[in-house]
Amino acid sequence: MSLTDELAPTGTERTPTEHTVGRLDEIPMGEGRAYVVGGVQVAVFRLRDGSLHATQAACPHAGGPLADGQTDVDVLVCPLHLYAYRWSDGSAISGAAPIRLFPVREQDGDLVVTV
Amino acid sequence: MAGMGGGNLRVLGGRPEGVTSLHVDDDLETRSRIVVVGNGMAGARFVEEVLDRGGDGQFCITVLGDEPHGNYNRIMLSPVLAGESHEDEIVLNSHDWYADNGVTLRAGVRAERIDTAAKQVHADDGSVTPYDHLVLATGSYSFVPPMNGVRRDDGSLLPGVYGFRTIDETRAMLEATGRCRRAVVMGGGLLGLEAARALQGHGLQVELVHAMPWLMNAQLDAEAGAILKRSVESLGITVHLDVLASEVLGAEHVEGVVLKDGRRLDCDLLVVAAGVRPHTDVAVRSGLEVERAIVVDDQLRTDDPDVYAIGECAQHRGSVYGLVAPAWEHAKVLADVLTGTDPDAEYTGSRTATKLKVAGVDVAVMGVSTPERDDDEFLVISEPKRGVHLSVVIRDDKLVGATLLGDTRKVAFLTQAFDRGAPLPEERIRLLVDLSDGAAEVGVAEMPADSQVCNCNGVSKGDICGAVADGCGSVGAVMDRTRAGKGCGSCKSLVKQIVEWAADGEVTEDASASWYVPGIPLAKPELMAAIREQDLRSVSAVFAALAPGGKEDAKSKMGLTSLLKLIWGADFVPQKDGEFINDRVHANIQRDGTFSVVPQMKGGVTTPAQLRRIADVAEKYEVPMVKVTGGQRIDLLGVRKEDLPAMWSDLGMPSGYAYGKSMRTVKTCVGSDFCRFGLDDSTQLGIDLETRFQGIESPAKIKMAVVGCPRNCAEAYVKDVGVVAVGSGKWEVYVGGAAGATVRKGDLLATVSSAQEVMTLTGRFLQYYRENANWLERTYDFVPRVGLEAIRAVLADDAACADLDAGIQRSIDAYTDPWGQDLAEPATPGQFRPSLPLIDLPKVPVR
Ligand code: SRM
Ligand SMILES: Cc1cc2nc3c(=O)[nH]c(=O)nc-3n(C[C@H](O)[C@H](O)[C@H](O)COP(=O)(O)OP(=O)(O)OC[C@H]3O[C@@H](n4cnc5c(N)ncnc54)[C@H](O)[C@@H]3O)c2cc1C
Ligand code: SF4
Ligand code: FES
Repeated sequence: MSLTDELAPTGTERTPTEHTVGRLDEIPMGEGRAYVVGGVQVAVFRLRDGSLHATQAACPHAGGPLADGQTDVDVLVCPLHLYAYRWSDGSAISGAAPIRLFPVREQDGDLVVTV
Repeated sequence: MAGMGGGNLRVLGGRPEGVTSLHVDDDLETRSRIVVVGNGMAGARFVEEVLDRGGDGQFCITVLGDEPHGNYNRIMLSPVLAGESHEDEIVLNSHDWYADNGVTLRAGVRAERIDTAAKQVHADDGSVTPYDHLVLATGSYSFVPPMNGVRRDDGSLLPGVYGFRTIDETRAMLEATGRCRRAVVMGGGLLGLEAARALQGHGLQVELVHAMPWLMNAQLDAEAGAILKRSVESLGITVHLDVLASEVLGAEHVEGVVLKDGRRLDCDLLVVAAGVRPHTDVAVRSGLEVERAIVVDDQLRTDDPDVYAIGECAQHRGSVYGLVAPAWEHAKVLADVLTGTDPDAEYTGSRTATKLKVAGVDVAVMGVSTPERDDDEFLVISEPKRGVHLSVVIRDDKLVGATLLGDTRKVAFLTQAFDRGAPLPEERIRLLVDLSDGAAEVGVAEMPADSQVCNCNGVSKGDICGAVADGCGSVGAVMDRTRAGKGCGSCKSLVKQIVEWAADGEVTEDASASWYVPGIPLAKPELMAAIREQDLRSVSAVFAALAPGGKEDAKSKMGLTSLLKLIWGADFVPQKDGEFINDRVHANIQRDGTFSVVPQMKGGVTTPAQLRRIADVAEKYEVPMVKVTGGQRIDLLGVRKEDLPAMWSDLGMPSGYAYGKSMRTVKTCVGSDFCRFGLDDSTQLGIDLETRFQGIESPAKIKMAVVGCPRNCAEAYVKDVGVVAVGSGKWEVYVGGAAGATVRKGDLLATVSSAQEVMTLTGRFLQYYRENANWLERTYDFVPRVGLEAIRAVLADDAACADLDAGIQRSIDAYTDPWGQDLAEPATPGQFRPSLPLIDLPKVPVR
């Protein structure tokens, strides 16, 4: 069983809930950090333009740690085999399987992710 | 096997004292008698060929040889002189072999005269040996041109003067290299060049004097000869052309030579390799027909019906050969004739091919070097700057000659075509260069759609064609879509060809191909200028100022970080998001998201205390695998990210930078402190290089090695920078070598006279490479792209060198050990937090 199968959020069995996962200033500009949200691991990114993004933490390709990837306003690049995924809809530039995105926002310096 | 001959000279391929072989009494011998004069490469091969044909039942064979040794491979005297082969390795047939095969070897016995009427050989030991068939295989001797003072009154050579033909001469020269410093080699043919390079390898300063206007004039034309001269000179050998030596100086021992034009060259060793002359004295004395050599017919018979001549002492249809291949053909034909295996066998002449056995200069020649007939086809590719000169001569669709200088990649195919008359490609140029590589030879159109093009990413030809059909209009777009060519990169040219074929010429040029990084439309020099002018010190500042719409680009960040560090040194403003994960945590990410820890181990040298600490750390953190790397240090693999700082702290060793696009390791060998061949302290120089250039970031990784002699135990010839001790304090510096996905021998940049100069030169080369190479372009691509001459020109320019020195110094001054720095306090919040918090790592196997 791959890392992805084991930990991909299923998303179907529960109603989406908001979770406060940590503080905004725990994430350096332009980087991502991983959190466990309601039993699911999620990678949250804070871009230099101020926007926030959240995605599944393990890469659908081979389970790479997406929080260790590099990013810009358009894409997230996985550190293992450099697959790039669009922030707009989670699709892969290469046409591989997409990543799942989660809503995320800041509230009083807290990071709030909906899983 | 090491029997003792006369005096204290060791007999090569000798027989232990007291061992004798039985002989049937002469009167009982019913077989006819073959006597072979000369126990060299032709004579001994002839005996083997006779035995192979079952000739021992027919003949009793006696061999007279004036060398005391068994039979050895004369060709290999060059590597023996160079110290690359040991003399025991070159024995072909030992004394035992002769005894075991019932052949009588009378080694150390010289034939003086043949009584052809009585059919007897008279030798210098007073013996008289009767024969039924006599084979002369006396070979050649080194020709010593007439020069005042070269011989003493008794006719012997002045001490310090040597020919280069026998193992005894080779031993004497090897022994002399220990006490001599300067050598003059007379003769710029194969032998002279091999001798010169060999002596240089022992640390002697070598000058080569050649009477003809260009080197290897017997095999090369003037143009190729001139290119060869430059290659030889770049090895550090001084070449004097078109001049004779007229006098040898020195009363008791050679002190120098005087050239015809009055110049004096000092030396304490003089090697005469100015050609060979066939040994014909015995034949002349015996009344056989001799012109330049002993005249033979197509069955190798002299004008006496029972006397034959083979090898270099034979002249056949006007030709005398100086190579071993014809000698062996002679031996075969004569064995066929005498044993009756093929009584009509004939020898009709040889097509000769030869290679120069000199490290650093590749020369292979076969057949003719220039066209001889009106309708001969002649194709030449000449790149004097790269030291490359290739040519072929084709007659009636058959290859009749080829010259390969500086690039002998095609020698295998050409040799086949030359030897076997194999069919030649329609496009003649394919004889000399690969117009494409790998599978593309087959032709892109013929490749099946499911054949794998990119092995790294498993992309087939069909996938690439599919991407083109889907509208990818450029090679870059196809590569982005399919990931073909994005692994090791070795298939890129094939990918390009397939895209071009699939798009049927409709390929758009990637404008971005010339950009340093994809997100900023500037080539490297313009980008560097803009960064300096606008004082941009961080990756985000560069995007804001120079990217279209100020837009960041993830795939450009790593290259920009590297470039900014190069430009600003300590004044660079770091931003972690501009770095790849490896650089963020100073470790190499692995397949399960764990990391590897490679501590610095300068020059591959460690201590028991260091090893103990590494062992303790490995146990404490349950490291799944401890491995000795190909870079001469120790790798702790499968480490959890969160454990990194504590491990570094416990190790107390600096980072080995095994993860960065930066200077990695300097491999060394044990060198002169320990190795019996070591010419200099390679270990210390390696440590010094690693200390000076540790962690220097660059367009791609840089690996170095230093070796104590040209045996190259630490693989310096195939490193980005490779340093080879050549003795007398001198070092050769090679650049652009590779032994990864690409294998390339480095180019000799310069030979310098001190370790300090190696450090300076390396710094300058590194800085030039850092400033001018494309992002991710290794030196093995960079050096051939810009050309060695261009690099040499920069290094000869004092002002440019001053800038390079200042540039590299700025980066050296900015060095800090990243482990020491970040273990105390993380560079950013959560720098070492797990990125897959629910997964129990490591998942990699535990060994
Ligand atoms: C650990 C080591 C193998 C070993 O077990 O010995 C190794 C491991 C890796 N090599 Fe290597 N290379 C190692 C010595 C070499 C050598 C030999 C040497 O350095 O003398 C070479 C050939 C020399 C060269 O660099 O050209 C080598 C040529 C490569 C290449 C091909 C580079 C090329 O352009 O040809 C790659 C791929 C790349 O760089 O794109 C590569 C890439 C890698 C990477 C870093 C793959 C990656 O990008 O993650 C491997 C990391 C494994 C891991 O998980 O830690 N490794 N690799 C060696 C570490 C040496 C060290 O102490 O620093
Ligand atoms: C350093 C070196 C490098 C070379 N490199 C190459 C190469 O790369 N490729 C290549 O093709 N060729 C090379 N050659 C040439 C090659 O070695 C010769 O072509 C080959 O050895 C010729 O064989 P031969 O038997 O005719 O002569 P030799 O091998 O010289 O044998 C002749 C033997 O006869 C003995 N002899 C002579 N007179 C008498 C006598 N009166 N009585 C008894 N014994 C006698 C000699 O002592 C000698 O042992 C090289 C030669 C040298 C010296
Ligand atoms: S390369 Fe180094 S270890 Fe190898 S033989 Fe030469 S000096 Fe000795
Ligand atoms: S695991 Fe992410 S690209 Fe392969």
